[in-house]
Amino acid sequence: MSNHHDVLLVGGGGAGLRAAIEIAETNSHLSIAVVSKVYPMRSHTVSAEGGAAGVIRDDDSLDEHAYDTISGGDWLCDQDSVEMFVEEAPRELLRLEHSGCPWSREPDGQIAVRAFGGMKNKRTWFAADKTGFHMLHTLFQTSLKYKSVVRYDEWFVTKLLVDDGRVYGVVAIELMSGRIEAITAGAVILCTGGCGRVFPFTTNANIKNGDGMSLAYRAGAPLADMEFIQYHPTGLPFTGILITEATRAEGGYLINKNGDRYLQDYGLGKPEPKPVLRSMELGPRDRLSQAFVKEVEKGHAVDTDFGPVVHLDLRHLGEELINRKLPFVRELCLKYENIDPVTELIPVRPVVHYMMGGVHTDMNGATSLAGLYAAGEVACVSINGANRLGSNSLSEILVFGARAGRAAAEYASSHTDTSTAVLAQAADERNRLQQRFTRKRSGERIADLRDEMQKTMEQSAGIYRSGESLSQAADTLHELQDRFASVTIEDDSRTFNTERISALELAYMLDVAETIVNSALRREESRGAHQRTDFPARDDKRYLAHTLIHREPDGSCRVEYLPVTITRWPPAERIYGT
Amino acid sequence: MYTNYHPRWHRKPMSTYWWLERRSYLAFILREVSSVFIAWLVVFLMLLVRAVGRGDASYQQFLDWSARPLLVVLNIVSLSFVVFHAITWFNLAPKAMVVYVRQRPVPGHLIAASNYLAWAVASGLVAWLVLGG
Amino acid sequence: MNDRITMQVARYLPEGDAELSYQEYEVPYPREWVVLDGLNYIKDRLDGSLSYRWSCRMGICGSCGMTVNGEPKLTCATFLADYAPGPVRIEPLQNFPVIRDLVVDTGDFMRKLTSVKPWLIREEEKPLSEGEHLQTPAELDQYKQYSMCINCMLCCAACPVYGLDSEFVGPAAIALAQRYNLDGRDQGSKLRLDVLSDHEGIWGCTFVGECSKVCPENVDPAGAIQRYKLTAAMDSLKSFLMPWRGS
Repeated sequence: MSNHHDVLLVGGGGAGLRAAIEIAETNSHLSIAVVSKVYPMRSHTVSAEGGAAGVIRDDDSLDEHAYDTISGGDWLCDQDSVEMFVEEAPRELLRLEHSGCPWSREPDGQIAVRAFGGMKNKRTWFAADKTGFHMLHTLFQTSLKYKSVVRYDEWFVTKLLVDDGRVYGVVAIELMSGRIEAITAGAVILCTGGCGRVFPFTTNANIKNGDGMSLAYRAGAPLADMEFIQYHPTGLPFTGILITEATRAEGGYLINKNGDRYLQDYGLGKPEPKPVLRSMELGPRDRLSQAFVKEVEKGHAVDTDFGPVVHLDLRHLGEELINRKLPFVRELCLKYENIDPVTELIPVRPVVHYMMGGVHTDMNGATSLAGLYAAGEVACVSINGANRLGSNSLSEILVFGARAGRAAAEYASSHTDTSTAVLAQAADERNRLQQRFTRKRSGERIADLRDEMQKTMEQSAGIYRSGESLSQAADTLHELQDRFASVTIEDDSRTFNTERISALELAYMLDVAETIVNSALRREESRGAHQRTDFPARDDKRYLAHTLIHREPDGSCRVEYLPVTITRWPPAERIYGT
Repeated sequence: MYTNYHPRWHRKPMSTYWWLERRSYLAFILREVSSVFIAWLVVFLMLLVRAVGRGDASYQQFLDWSARPLLVVLNIVSLSFVVFHAITWFNLAPKAMVVYVRQRPVPGHLIAASNYLAWAVASGLVAWLVLGG
Repeated sequence: MNDRITMQVARYLPEGDAELSYQEYEVPYPREWVVLDGLNYIKDRLDGSLSYRWSCRMGICGSCGMTVNGEPKLTCATFLADYAPGPVRIEPLQNFPVIRDLVVDTGDFMRKLTSVKPWLIREEEKPLSEGEHLQTPAELDQYKQYSMCINCMLCCAACPVYGLDSEFVGPAAIALAQRYNLDGRDQGSKLRLDVLSDHEGIWGCTFVGECSKVCPENVDPAGAIQRYKLTAAMDSLKSFLMPWRGS
């Protein structure tokens, strides 16, 4: 296989595969490389459950979807991007239908839609409660038919090759053989997803280490809004397995230890027997997770071996509905909790789920480095603002995967120059990897450093933060970076050396953790998922702006702010439950 | 493909006795083996036809020959293999045939049962022809 | 130690070893720990050089299939306590070449998957402007079960034919071919039939049935293959009886 391609995708999840298909369909002469550290169908898109938002009903409108998204994001979304996103989302979902995605249907055969948190209308397309799984497999299987898509399965990218502000490719390790190669390309799209593993308790898969964020950050592209981390209100204790918001959209209740639907005490509306849109259990995720913390403070949570929980009650929905619309939830509860949601309460607690921030891009996925694009959770466009609405992210990977694909293909077609300087860089990187990650038993274990990082993040950058805990965390993380330099590596085999990969992933996570803490420290207000106990109010005067965090040559962070784009919806109070 | 970096993968050959490891593997091998016995029954049937064609004496000789203990045992074993094959075949029927009635799939056990019923009716018919008729 | 269980883990390093060997580790096994938690404990605390694949640890990504006490299992959905008092033996998936420790080469599966054209084939693309293909819930149910395959390859590991006959396409790929054949929107069943019956592919299956037993998603690949055989047989019968209808 030739190591040069027109467009190179880092990551083979929903965004990456959508981009690959888009490029293959628009220009079959372009060679496309999909470089992924796992086989594409293992990507974390597979775990998404609830659905993908796109307006299709006659009684719905694009403006309503845009408004829900913007108010849900506490006015930190760029409204031009949101308007474009809501317009393109239905077409993308339909395109996936034409590729065979098994969307759930109405009795007459039309696409069915369900309600979702923070949405004023039913507009979430779903494939029972394995939507991400079906989307990913449809995209992956569709991608198999394009000869121009070359897959580098189980190749781990360690560096972006940059010369004079322009990206020319990557250096990657093939896991199976251990060989280290430069793979050059006219344009590179980062589609590596999120970074939930920076925290100890997360729905995110083991592979979600912020690889793309760190790669871009180290290459000189700023990250945006990294302080905004979404806690999903309903994760299973111990495992952190997600119980989809669709459980509440179908009518599930959240109750505390007294059996009360406690969300009524937090300005989220009045309890009704049937689900009410943008109300109570269908409020936005940030509010629900914050309400949980308050319930724990009031002593209304139930104590378990794995921390306090509240209960999700699906019993009144009945077995037939649960089997038809939430079969995976039942399967997960039975398997991992030995609980049958048809007859029993599900213990749940907030769990780190999604990164609103990411590599700063424009509407076409372009970053500040020429030839470098990003799409999906790794990117911050920003349509998610300070809090993403459930079911927007599955649409986001399609819309922005396709857009980034088109833009990158166009760039690669018109910029065919190559750089010899990057080959020297690649040789340096090969040396670094060979020296840095050979057997060494003097230092600390990877897992110990990772545990300490995760604990630090949970304590300082959780649902509620304070300046004091954040600046302490910044110091701890700095110290962890130093200690990481002498981390123990026991494995010196070239073949499938997962310990070396874990070390590289820890390096990525430490970078990402530092940007999260430093971004959070400087944002002296509370907005969406970023709640500062020392600055409890939103401050539009100072912070109606995106945080941009840059890496300085000495490794320190530099933060600047970029005003939010407002088109038609001036900042207002977020109102739910009316 | 990349010899330098492609150390040999470990391929574990399947053991000669792999089919003893699981009951389902054994059943599978027995079903495969049943073909030998079914072939024998075909040969046996052809010998019978030939004997009948050559007249009474030949037929009587065939019957005497068939009554030898070794042949009786062989035919009992063959019959049990045929029955085994038939049963596993009918149990498989619902897997191969998915029948929809009013847009609902007919439950597998009903499809299997209808196969058994057909078998019983056919056997009954043959028995009636041979014994009663 | 009664709060610990012994895990006998297969090790293989291609640079040096000629054969698999087994290494024993003592790990805790609280009620909620799956086999994968035990492996992670080993990797994090005892021996960083152990290699295996895993990702979602919720039974949907299909990465962590291994052989647990002789049975192909998803290690994220198999509880350690169920094997108490132990020992519990962890080996790579059978019927695949071992790259290292518990990691197998899945290239064969990927090639066979691609060979059955697992994508929606249309004679004519319907323009997006005409909206969705209508598909009633009953029509969806026709293929839904086969669309649940997570490509974990436990079925291939359980299938003796897959191990004996390298040409056999295997249960997972055939189930996925059926997933598209039975989808009312698809018009490519003829193309797939050519591939599968050309290959001697499906006829290798003699219905052992283990693939369906070990499938964590109840896909029932054995059923898919038997249905496929019936279709293929009917098809060749038809073209034998009615040669003028051509192929």
